[in-house]
This record gives sequence, structure tokens and C-alpha cells, in this order.
Amino acid sequence: MNFKLKVWRQKNSKSKGRLEKIEAKNISADMSFLEMLDVVNEELVQKGTEPIVFDHDCREGICGACSLMINGVAHGPDRGGATCQLHMRKFKDGQTIVIEPWRARAFPVVRDLSVDRGSFDRIIQAGGFVSVNTGGAPEANAILVGKDTAEKAMDAAACIGCGACVAACKNASAMLFVSAKVSQLALLPQGQPEKNRRVAKMVAQMDAEGFGNCTNQYECQAVCPKDISVSFIAKMNREYLNKEHS
Amino acid sequence: MSLDANIPAGPLSEKWDKHKLKLKLINPANKRKYEVIVVGSGLAGASAAASLAELGYSVKCFCFQDSPRRAHSIAAQGGINAAKNYQNDGDSVQRLFYDTVKGGDFRAREANVYRLAQISNQIIDQCVAQGVPFAREYGGSLANRSFGGAQVSRTFYARGQTGQQLLLGAYQALSRQIGLGKVKMFTRTEMLDLVVVDGQARGITVRNLVNGEISSHSADAVILATGGYSNVFNLSTNAMNCNVTAIWRAHKKGAFFANPCYTQIHPTCIPVTGDYQSKLTLMSESLRNDGRIWVPKKKKDPRPANEIPESERDYYLERKYPSYGNLAPRDIASRSAKQVCDEGLGVGERGLGVYLDFSEAIKRLGVDAIRQRYGNLFDMYKRITAEDPYKVPMRIYPALHYTMGGLWVDYNLMSNLPGLFVLGEANFSDHGANRLGASALMQGLADGYFILPYTIGDYLATSKRQKVSSDSSEFKKSEAEASTRLKTLLSVKGKRTVTSFHRELGALLWELCGMARNEAGLKKALEAIPRLREEFWKNVNVLGENESMNQALERAGRVADFLELAELLCQDALHRKESCGGHFREEFQTEDGEAKRDDANFCYVAAWEHRGAGQASVLNKEPLAFENVELAQRSYK
Repeated sequence: MNFKLKVWRQKNSKSKGRLEKIEAKNISADMSFLEMLDVVNEELVQKGTEPIVFDHDCREGICGACSLMINGVAHGPDRGGATCQLHMRKFKDGQTIVIEPWRARAFPVVRDLSVDRGSFDRIIQAGGFVSVNTGGAPEANAILVGKDTAEKAMDAAACIGCGACVAACKNASAMLFVSAKVSQLALLPQGQPEKNRRVAKMVAQMDAEGFGNCTNQYECQAVCPKDISVSFIAKMNREYLNKEHS
Repeated sequence: MSLDANIPAGPLSEKWDKHKLKLKLINPANKRKYEVIVVGSGLAGASAAASLAELGYSVKCFCFQDSPRRAHSIAAQGGINAAKNYQNDGDSVQRLFYDTVKGGDFRAREANVYRLAQISNQIIDQCVAQGVPFAREYGGSLANRSFGGAQVSRTFYARGQTGQQLLLGAYQALSRQIGLGKVKMFTRTEMLDLVVVDGQARGITVRNLVNGEISSHSADAVILATGGYSNVFNLSTNAMNCNVTAIWRAHKKGAFFANPCYTQIHPTCIPVTGDYQSKLTLMSESLRNDGRIWVPKKKKDPRPANEIPESERDYYLERKYPSYGNLAPRDIASRSAKQVCDEGLGVGERGLGVYLDFSEAIKRLGVDAIRQRYGNLFDMYKRITAEDPYKVPMRIYPALHYTMGGLWVDYNLMSNLPGLFVLGEANFSDHGANRLGASALMQGLADGYFILPYTIGDYLATSKRQKVSSDSSEFKKSEAEASTRLKTLLSVKGKRTVTSFHRELGALLWELCGMARNEAGLKKALEAIPRLREEFWKNVNVLGENESMNQALERAGRVADFLELAELLCQDALHRKESCGGHFREEFQTEDGEAKRDDANFCYVAAWEHRGAGQASVLNKEPLAFENVELAQRSYK
């Protein structure tokens, strides 16, 4: 297969970027999207052009490093997976593919397709944890947790922190990401003692980072590689209101 | 030289408790005066950094990823072992200890493994308290499943994402300390050198991967928790950026590298499809609980799997190992797959694959039950291969997955270089010659949460250290050397890409030092590797500059280190004239093709010492004493 790529190239956070036309030739349908970029990069180097920079690591959809906007869709056309799990058989031979970085004020471009998602880390640092020191834990079965509760907490905890939810949102809102962590810990008994403080601090940090608000378009859920439900945003809003009244 | 592991005296079950009591403490108010560097933010690194900061130490933590949450521990699927005996099936600390020692083919230290089994229970308590959503029973108690190499159900899990959930627990503990200002976190920062002053590890030199800036950091102790080196084989289940650089650079500064030839090849991975392949994907070992492994009895059988009748299938694991069957340990399952493929019975286009068949389990339990257990894995398989494992058997083949070898450490997890501690997969300690499933997460967290925080205090309290800062000459020299190396890589301007060298090295190692090794092959590898390394430094092509983000330059430095490690790996494999666990020498096997150990001559840890460029590495031995288990031929029949 052959493709016409339009790839965002930007030297660093300060320079201006532009879309560059690059041909991808002799691509196998069994290649992953990132393997296609590997092939393109090998050819670029042979021609003396610097390869395209993009974040990637585990290449099995769990580390959350890969982050490409493919033809305007975060992680591309295959639902419920990250860019690294997308295969070229999902594209038509000869197709034009536009590849851009996540775009949000809180995710500045580092180079080409790589962005800085440190804002997500700072939100977790503000309150996305249970304050328990090593060694201070009771016997694991001392506090029982219903299977349904544990499963629901796991649905939220599956978030890989990739930032697709922000990239897909017209407001660049991080509500799906933040609500997933707020909900996971608010559902479990271990997270109860500091749940008010947690939601207040995480939301305050989210606002300080420059993420927008949720206006219920659900684009985030549609592109989430882990199918995390927007119902967690509702749960977070409830937690936030409860905090005001408790 | 014979190495002393500092194993405490006394009965096995009392060693750790007695040792803890003897360790010197530091007054809580004084701990902040001690600076500790942690390199790596996976299970071992994040848990250590968080725990040390909670105790009050001043901690700096470094990772090359854009966030500490992306360390490769996140990709572990199956689970974490603990001797809780919640299932009432006869488990105990003693049994977990024995299974792990036996699983490691009697090449691990008894005292370390016993301590690991003891601590396993505390880890589960800790993780539950952090809010890790482990699988539960309807009654609300924790659920367990069984795993290869064990006959009890002791594995705790969170769907097929146990590593992710445990890592996020540790990441959140670390994040809490970063938020409190107790840990200073450096992301997208790669360690390039270890700084040694007066024979003690006193700091590191790093490169900022965004702007290329080289800097150094001083400390009272340095902890390396930087994972394993499977990527020396190029294709492995490790993340693309996993590398050996941190521990290799420390090795070149004097830390001994132990048992590099102990590499684990995981039996259930998706087979290679083409030359472009960038990595291999693991299918969790838990699939072997219900999937049956087979190949056709006829060579190059052209029929699709479903048309081959039962009588013409060879369920070779069930045939050879009736008591463990498809749950035989990883090394044995991998080797058996290689054997049938070498005989020409392999399936798939390249003949390098075996079937993992769920049709019988689907008939017995129904599609829904199978979907509930393995749905996410089946989806993952379908996404990659475009085949539906509910309808046709999966095709699997072994792939590099984990490395038991690593930097040598004593009972305190300190290397032979005072002040250098090594945790998790980066050290060599607990798995002997083969690791059992669901034990890597256990070891990483045991090291970081419950062992290092005790032992490092004793070192800091008792060792004498002179005052140093990153302005001292040793640090400036280290920075200059790191810069020169980067400049050299950029100035070669040859004709071959870094990737092409990595591929060639990987193919060579896989063929000559992979699942089966022999003297002739290893000697051939030991001639070819230095040649390839020489060509690399003359003909590699790295474009761009140091001063901006340059992923090719990052990779070039890592591949250069792999080219050095590969030689030591083959040297170690050549010297170990026995078969044990993941190290299978064709010359040393029993009549029915099982690994044949030589306890009289090789019951020791091989710790290699670097003597400088161009000089042969020197072998140091730590004899392994077995006082509590009987050395036996490992049998799973």
C-alpha cells in the first residue's frame, strides 16, 4: 500500500510549525500505524532528512505515550484503542493521512508530534492519591469491597493518561481524565477519608493548568482508548457539589 | 575473587527480622540532610522514591519517559503473587519460597527468596490501601487465580492490567511526595553515567532529552531501578525505549554484572509477521489456564487448524508434562515450542508458531465465560492479527520477555560499589535462572517498599563519605565524557541507520544465544559482535544535533551499549557449561531433552567485572549454598 502523509513538523516549542507532505511507500496492511512511521523515518534518514519525532513506548496500548491526531481523530479511526494498536489495514491504498499532535494550551508541542503532558502529572500530584504511607496498611481482606464496586472502580482506573480526551474536546477539557481518578478513589472505601479534599484540589489544579470545561459533547468518550464513560464526569460533579455541602 | 553477599546468620525464617533489628537508624529529624538519587520510576523506582520521601530523605527521581507513569511495569498483564493462602489450598510462605527457588532452577539465593515470600503479603495490604482495584469475589474479599509453575492459586490481579494498577498505585504515592516537595522529579531525563568518588557511588550525569543539556547531580547514595535488557535482542515484549544504559554505565564504573545469560523467553507471544516488526506483543500466561497448546502431527500440514482432526494433533505439553500440562513453567513451554518448530511442525506462514486453542474450553464453559476471563486479550489479538480467536486457534511463539541477570547486589540490595543500590529487574537477585509468572511485580515492590528503605538507612548511618558537589572534578569529568560520546555519535555520519544495527544485533543474538545455545554458535557470536560494534562506530548515521529533541541520538547511545552488553552475555553463556532455567546449552541435556544442571561446578552466581576498554572481563563467583532445600532435578512431569 502507498499513502500520502501530511505530517506536522515543528522544531521546538518556540518555533512555528507546518504540515509537510511525505510519501509512505510499500506499506504492508499488517503494519501498525507506528511501524508505518518507522518505515517512513528510516527512508527519511537515508535521504538525509531528520526523522519525525513522536512519543511512543509500549506499543500495546497501555503506557499512554502515543498521541497522534489522525485525520482529525485522536488515535485514528479504530475505536477503543491507542494509535499504537491501529493497523494500516484500516486505511485505503492511496489515501491521504493527516497526522498532527494533540492540540491544547495545556499540552504545548515539544517537537513535531510530541507534546508536554506534565499538566496531567501535576493534577495527580495535587490530590490524585490515597494518603497512606508505606507500612501503614491494614490486612488486605479487613475491608471488604463489593465485586460491582471494585469493577466500577477498575473501569475508571483503566485510564492510561494519554490525553486523547483533551485533544478531542473543543474546549480542551480534561474532565474525563480527572473524573476517572476522582471516581476510582471515591468509589472505594480506602479513598473515602479525603474525598472532599481530593476533588477540590484536583479540580483547582485542572483549572490552573488552562484546561477548559465540559459542555457535554462526549467527544472524549468516543476517542478514549479505554472506553472510559462520561458518567464519571457526572460522578465528579456530584463529588464536587457534595464537598460544598459537607 | 569470592563475593560476600552479607547474608545474616540464623535460621532462614528469622534472618530478615534479626537483620532489620541490627540495621542502624537515622533520627527522623536528620533524614532530610541525606540526599538520595533514584533512577527509574517503575514499580521498584517509584515505590522506593515514595517510601524514602515518606521517611524524610531528600529524594531526586529521574525517568526518560515524559511521565513517571509510563515506565514499562505498566504493561505487566497477569498478576502478582502473595502467600496469603486466602484460597485455603495449602499455600504458605514456605511454599512460595520453594516454588520460586525451584522455578529458578536452584540458581537464586535462599535468603533473598525467603524474604521475598515473607514480604509478599505486606505488598498486597499496601496496594489495597492505596486504592488498587484488585479483582474481588461477590462477598467482597480478594480473588485469586493460578499461574504457571505453581499448583496453588496465589495470584492477585486487576483484569489483564495488574502491572498498570500497581504502577499507578506507586506513581500516585510518588506524586503525593512530589506535590509535597519531598521528591524532585526529572522527566525526559536520561542517565548517561554514574559518578564514583573515593570508590563510592556519589551521583549521576544526565541528559535533558528536550534540549540536550548535560548536567550532573550529587547525592549520598544512588539507586538504579531501570529495568531489564531484553531489548538487546531488538525484538522483545519490552517497550521500545527500554534499555541497559544506566546499569551498563554503572558496570563500566565498577559494578559487577551478574548472570547476564539468564534471559527469559515467554512462551505466549504473537509471532513475527514481517521485517518491519518493531516489537512483539505478549499474550498473558493466564491464557494457558484454559487454552490447549498443539501442533499438527504432520509436517507442513496445509489444512486450516479447524479441519485437522483430534487424532492428527499433538498436544505436546500435555503429553510430555502430564501433571502440569499447559501450565508448565515458561522456560520449559518455550523450549518445547522451539523443538516442535525446529522439527518442521510449526504453523503460520513462517512455520514459527504453535496453536493455542480455546475451542474445548468454549464448548465446556461457553463463549461468555471465556469472554469474561480473556475478552480484552482476545480483542488485542484480533486487532493485531485480524483473526478471531473465538473461531480459530491463536498462533503463538516465544519471545524475549524478561532478564533475570542484572547488576550484582548483596542481601542489602547494594552492589559491590558502596552507595550504589539496584532494585527490581535491574538487579540479578531473586529469580535464579528462570522467573515464575507474577513474580516480577512482587519483587519490584518488595525491593522498593519494604527492603531498600531499611537497608539504605544503615549504609547512610554507618559509611564515611566526604562532602562532594556536582561542581567537583569527578562530576565535571563525567559530564565532559558524556558530551564527547554524543558528539562522536553525531560526527560519524556513516551510511547505516541505528535501527539497522539494532536489527542485525538482535537477529544474531536470537539465533546464536536465544532459546538454545551451543559452544560453536556462541564462539561465532563472540567474533561477530565486536565486528558489528566496530562498524557501528564507523558507519552509523545519526542526523540532527544534540541541542534539540533527537530520538535517533537517544537510540544510538542505547544501541551502542547493547553492542557491548551482547558480548558479555555470550561470554557468560559460553562459560556456563550447564543448562539451567532460561539458559539452555544443547550440549547439556538429559536423554529426554530437559535442562541438565551441573551443581558440582556451576552452583554459583557469575559476577563479571569490567576491567577497561579492550581488556577481558573478569569472572568473580558467589557460591550458592542450599541449606533448606534439596537440589533436585527440576521436574514438572
